Amino acid sequence: MSAWSFMASHRGEILAATREHLVLVLAAMAIAIAIGVPLGMAIVSRPRLRGAALALASIFQTIPSLALFGFLIPLPFLGGIGARTAIIALVLYALLPILRNTYVGLTSVDPAILEAAEGMGMTEQQILFRVRLPLASSVILAGIRTATVITIGVATIAAAIGAGGLGTFIFRGVAMVSDAVILAGAIPAALLALLADFLLGLLERRLRVT
Amino acid sequence: MKNAIIDFQDVQYRIHTTDRHAILSGISLAIHQGETLALLGKSGSGKTSLLKLINRLRHNTSGAVIVQGREVSSWDPIRLRRGIGYVIQEVGLFPHWTVRQNVSLVPGLEDWPADRIANRYTEVMGLVGLDPVEFAQRYPRQLSGGQRQRVGVARALAADPAILLMDEPFGALDPVTRAELQQGFLEIARRLAKTIVIVTHDVREALLLGTRIVLLDAGRVIADSTPQEFLKLDHPVAREFLAAAELSSGSRA
Repeated sequence: MSAWSFMASHRGEILAATREHLVLVLAAMAIAIAIGVPLGMAIVSRPRLRGAALALASIFQTIPSLALFGFLIPLPFLGGIGARTAIIALVLYALLPILRNTYVGLTSVDPAILEAAEGMGMTEQQILFRVRLPLASSVILAGIRTATVITIGVATIAAAIGAGGLGTFIFRGVAMVSDAVILAGAIPAALLALLADFLLGLLERRLRVT
Repeated sequence: MKNAIIDFQDVQYRIHTTDRHAILSGISLAIHQGETLALLGKSGSGKTSLLKLINRLRHNTSGAVIVQGREVSSWDPIRLRRGIGYVIQEVGLFPHWTVRQNVSLVPGLEDWPADRIANRYTEVMGLVGLDPVEFAQRYPRQLSGGQRQRVGVARALAADPAILLMDEPFGALDPVTRAELQQGFLEIARRLAKTIVIVTHDVREALLLGTRIVLLDAGRVIADSTPQEFLKLDHPVAREFLAAAELSSGSRA
């Protein structure tokens, strides 16, 4: 059976899995942004917290994804089988690029601009929200873009802990030794990643200030 | 002492209090209302640090810096800075804001009503010789170097500060544009009667713009004179500056 005919005959199922996949990714990204951006802002002026936060986020990135999902299952409250655990694992993965780009974006603003802002009598908060953040926004968005593409890929593994999504087809295809079934999960996942990359890339260019 | 609007009293400045080397020491300097004081010195002489002690971007280690009758350390730095215009060589315009937004910055921070901000914008743009309508919606990247510097001056003047600090404001411009802006500056300085402190390493600029020249070397004031007197100074550093600019005593730039 070819991949195309399998996909055609399982349209409904694939669409439902794609929807599940998107929910996992969007939930994880929303949480990762809600943690990563404020944390990135906080570590600009706190060198000790900066070291710890960046190190921790880097460590999460180095844990093989399947292992990270596995580690989370036995944890009370956070763990268990299903979407919640998967989202937590995805958040931990997405955190580093968002955190790092927020920090880099905020600290690479032209010092002359910051000096002028300070000399004009802007408060630290005004400088952060009206100067630094807007000027860092395209770099921060680049981090979000990287994190989104990674998350779409890693989310296929969420099926291993019963969280559904496009990985369901990939695992089933591996078990059945069927390329067609694997591709029914892999192709939509790849398309989602390309689409997200393209759209966020457009937005990133619009935010860039020269 | 009449009308000292800025007064340095035996000021010393070290970057860290434990530094053996002082950036500035023994500075006593009374700057009067309406003066244009040119702070002349080589790079590393401490002239920029001296300027930044006035708007508290740097803190003096000892002595007192008094601005408008109050010691700088007892001012709320935000209030102090909003009453002092500040222009730097790199201009530091906000690239994500239009010319109008940049110029209206301090009046906006001070919560002026919108119509007053709009009037003031038109007024200061006129002062620096830029068409307020034509430039309103442009971004800094769409301006030439000279136009950018004019916008920087307009921004510094917007809230009508009594004091204007300028750190090599014309240093990055080509000679023709620089001469044009210097002429514009002289007109503004004459019209507004503000107290202006301008940092420069260019003796010609100091002679042209200053009503008084203070020469700094290695963190100390070594001469304090009118432009006319400056040309006749015997101090070796002053002679060095004049010789480099090919200005001998008696002749003017």
